[in-house]
Amino acid sequence: MPWTRNQMAARAAQELRDGMYVNLGIGIPTLVANYIPEGISVTLQSENGMLGMGPFPYEGEEDPDLINAGKQTITELPHSAYFDSATSFAMIRGGKIAMAILGAMEVSEEGDLANWMIPGKLVKGMGGAMDLVAGVGRVVVVMDHTNKAGESKLLRRCTLPLTGKGVVDRIITNLGVLDVVEGGLRIVECAPDVTDADIRAATEARIVD
Amino acid sequence: MNKVYPDARAALEGLLFDGMTIAAGGFGLCGIPELLIAAIRDAGTKDLTVASNNAGVDGFGLGILLETRQIRKMMSSYVGENAEFMRQYLSGELELEFNPQGTLAERMRAGGAGIPAFYTPTGVGTIVAEGKEHKEFDGRTYILERAIVADLAIVKAWRADPTGNLQFRKTARNFNVPAATCGKVCVAEVEEIVPVGTLDPDCIHLPGIYVHRLIQGQHEKRIEQRTTRPRPTPSEGTGPGTAS
Repeated sequence: MPWTRNQMAARAAQELRDGMYVNLGIGIPTLVANYIPEGISVTLQSENGMLGMGPFPYEGEEDPDLINAGKQTITELPHSAYFDSATSFAMIRGGKIAMAILGAMEVSEEGDLANWMIPGKLVKGMGGAMDLVAGVGRVVVVMDHTNKAGESKLLRRCTLPLTGKGVVDRIITNLGVLDVVEGGLRIVECAPDVTDADIRAATEARIVD
Repeated sequence: MNKVYPDARAALEGLLFDGMTIAAGGFGLCGIPELLIAAIRDAGTKDLTVASNNAGVDGFGLGILLETRQIRKMMSSYVGENAEFMRQYLSGELELEFNPQGTLAERMRAGGAGIPAFYTPTGVGTIVAEGKEHKEFDGRTYILERAIVADLAIVKAWRADPTGNLQFRKTARNFNVPAATCGKVCVAEVEEIVPVGTLDPDCIHLPGIYVHRLIQGQHEKRIEQRTTRPRPTPSEGTGPGTAS
């Protein structure tokens, strides 16, 4: 059984280590916060200017001055800190954030990431994604292994405009976990009842042993 | 020295001209200078280049300057929330320069700090890097990005004293600080102007040297994505302590 969205998020949460400063992208990565393992304390960064992002507010307690990067209302925690956007991206670019967990449209076998633009379709912008992949210590991507037509989204080369070149360290898909290594992707783990062969069959990128 | 003006129209008097560049603070609709944007609409200034992380929504924020076709070009990182923006962009009426969010913030910061350009790793190997100078430092490739110096900066803060010292509230600080510093002139709108001596000098987020004119006003502070969680019932305790 391939992993569901929530199971992919739970698996991604296993990447977290105690004390880490982490940035979570929009979509499945946002769900990772619901699966932070017991005994592990991480500080979530929101690139619009906050460390120590708290949960959504109770109804009636929304504050228009307190939102996350997805523009959703959130809350603060006792150790939260606020800062301006230049400072926020200084800590991102400066390598102070240990890990970013992001969504993707395509990843190449060399760790190239495409997640911001489909030519000819509505272009909304890259937001902070290019800065994140250029700056954080480790980039973990959470994505479906294939598109709706069943074609691999793990490619020899990305077809879409890149967000970053050679930036992805680990890919968590509905089929399993793969690392970007010398020469291609290496299978680290398979989802329950998914085999190595299943992943190879669903992957265009080179798989190395 | 009097920096306090009665309203947004008065505070912008003599500062607006067609074809000018404006840097605006805010992230989404959070911390946007909504009163000054409305006054620029009323003034009818045209052919604006606006550096702002986002472009507002239809009918609010910078969206109202798009409706009146006063903006010729946007420099932004993310513009997904605005249908009129997309229509004008796809029909070629509006020019758009996408900047990575951190590059946009640093271009403003640099502009205000006397740095004409800087090298950054952000965007190397992407379309953002096309046509820009590349240089290697310590084995890594960087691209050269130019600073932004705007004719006018418009920002929103929480509190000010009459000398222009500003305090922001929570995540409404965002682009307001770098935008304010990169303006040749900066006009700030705040929720409250307090007497000199009220603000703790150790807790000023933006010193008044960057702020030339100041207004106090009523802000709508619209919420873009109202997201909540259910209140725990008494038997459930406090609920999951997890983040969004």
